[in-house]
Amino acid sequence: MSDRRNLFNRVWDLHTVRTLPSGQSQLFIGWHLIHEVTSPQAFQMLRDRGLKVMFPERTLATVDHIIPTDNQARPFVDGLAEEMMSAIEKNCREFGVQLLDLNDDRQGIVHVVGPEQGLTQPGITLVCGDSHTSTHGAFGNISLGIGTSQVAHVLATQTLALNRPKVRRVCVTGELGPGVFAKDVTLHVIRKLGVQGGVGYAYEYAGPVFDRMTMEERMTVCNMSIEGGARCGYINPDETTVEYLRGRPLSPAGEEFERAAQWWLSLASGPDAEFDDEVTFAGEDIEPTVTWGINPGQSVGVTESLPQLDSCPADERKGIEEALAFMELNAGQPVRGVPIDVAFIGSCTNSRISDLREAAAVARGRKVAPNVRALVVPGSQLVRKQAQAEGLDEIFREAGFDWREAGCSMCLAMNPDRLSGREMCASSSNRNFKGRQGSPTGRTLLMSPAMVAAAAINGHVTDVRDILEPATV
Amino acid sequence: MAEPTDSRVEQVRGTGIPLVLDDIDTDRIIPARFLRCVTFDGLGEHAFEDDRQQDPAHPFNSARYDGAGILLSGRNFGCGSSREHAPQALMRHGVRAVVAESFAEIFFGNCTSLGIAAVCAARDQIEQLAALVEADPTLEITIDLTTSTIQAGDFSCPCTMPESARVALVTGEYDFLAQLLSAEGDIRNTAGSIAYLNQFSGSSN
Repeated sequence: MSDRRNLFNRVWDLHTVRTLPSGQSQLFIGWHLIHEVTSPQAFQMLRDRGLKVMFPERTLATVDHIIPTDNQARPFVDGLAEEMMSAIEKNCREFGVQLLDLNDDRQGIVHVVGPEQGLTQPGITLVCGDSHTSTHGAFGNISLGIGTSQVAHVLATQTLALNRPKVRRVCVTGELGPGVFAKDVTLHVIRKLGVQGGVGYAYEYAGPVFDRMTMEERMTVCNMSIEGGARCGYINPDETTVEYLRGRPLSPAGEEFERAAQWWLSLASGPDAEFDDEVTFAGEDIEPTVTWGINPGQSVGVTESLPQLDSCPADERKGIEEALAFMELNAGQPVRGVPIDVAFIGSCTNSRISDLREAAAVARGRKVAPNVRALVVPGSQLVRKQAQAEGLDEIFREAGFDWREAGCSMCLAMNPDRLSGREMCASSSNRNFKGRQGSPTGRTLLMSPAMVAAAAINGHVTDVRDILEPATV
Repeated sequence: MAEPTDSRVEQVRGTGIPLVLDDIDTDRIIPARFLRCVTFDGLGEHAFEDDRQQDPAHPFNSARYDGAGILLSGRNFGCGSSREHAPQALMRHGVRAVVAESFAEIFFGNCTSLGIAAVCAARDQIEQLAALVEADPTLEITIDLTTSTIQAGDFSCPCTMPESARVALVTGEYDFLAQLLSAEGDIRNTAGSIAYLNQFSGSSN
């Protein structure tokens, strides 16, 4: 009998320890990533119960959310950040967990570090106390964001109690036009399926558009799965996956790598694999996409206008009115031309070397508009070094961008990089929630890194296709 | 931070607080700057802090709803960040149950871990109940997880929750740590059978 299981179900079955009395699966977790924000209470839970970390060699810690990206001298200026930093250092020492701290050049945003080190591989289960853990699914595995109680569960038992989600295949056919990036694909999918469209599902992204993507582009897509309500997202492993992993520090080496690659490729959903649901989009329909509201589903193509209230479903009007009022934008106005105050390139969604190259291609030889504060924050120290080796930092500096140290920065308001007042920010991050970027009344427009660079140059939302030379797109 | 494992959650009784909006994210429930902490202490007073600052009429500002234990909301409640600080803040504010049209999944799981009953009900019934609460904030609401019903005065409606969570709450076994730990032998056997944990030497698939 042929095995018609999709990759998700194969990996789930492989890691199932047993079925719990509640009906949930007890699932073995291959890798546990931790950071300073959601782990201290979990370690305390272990301490309170006299428990140890069961598989300390399967946990890796780094620091990203709270660290300053300019002055990193210890103690940090923010006493609370310093307390959290000290806590993770102490906890990792006490429980025998490896910590990539600021003195380690492998430090960075947890979802950039895992893939970069070759830790993130096909076929594994991976969890982290952070919703954007879905990023790692780009390699063809089960990668889930979890809460702090669950962090304690994984530390103490290397397992979790979980309900198996359904699996939806999200196909994008055809080709993307020039100036359309992975970020636009994921924003388009969320716009069409809604921010809660994925609840109850894991997403398998399939079809020629994803097949052609690099691993970094796939990470951007999987990263935003959670914004569409999905529990996680993944892309089947292929030769692109295998070649990305070859030679990375935590990848298998030599003959073991070849055995691993064979196993990885064998996990992919077959042509007759079964899914609970399937949706298809055409790559040609996807434009550079920009959010205008207060959730990532409230977006339009850059040549479009904001929705008219009378053309919206009745049950969405209240939310749209709330979003327009908060954003101080008008129903029906074109999104192109909306003025910005801040431009942020960074975050676990878009801070990898290819993101910085794409933004630099726009910034090269141009100047950030007067009155726009612009910053570029690499996702890891290694990304930063690579960018500097390529001269990208100089391109950004000359254009008027700040060039920072690695961290989560202005994505989430837990470090000194924040909006102030009513500032409007063109951002390559993942969330445009009210107050997300640090000012309770600050406003966010999500878009690709190249689109952020274009907005920075012109001082307002711009179609990046109008800036890029035809030859370079 | 250990939750008692013998506290069965069969019924939740309390007054309500209506906040029937869609897509309320965890950044709104507890803004990120309050996550700069190493314990969950003190989060309760900051629940919905920024929304409250910007909207004097926010229900969490109103003395009418002081002491309310049952939050009424809309679709996709608790979306966004996985921060357990969000249900912790609600719990420490006094919320023992949330009735919504639907929940984001990580938030739902976090609620169950804390013994908070997060139940779904139909939108029109949530709105009907919210109107009753607005008219009379002292109205006592009972969520009965053994019969999956919500009752308040003459009002009554069904509610739903994934069966595994309902059983966990009703039996008081929502602290999964001890349960998971009891299978240490099986855990180690599973680890021994997975290819990538064993130099890809096995043929497991």
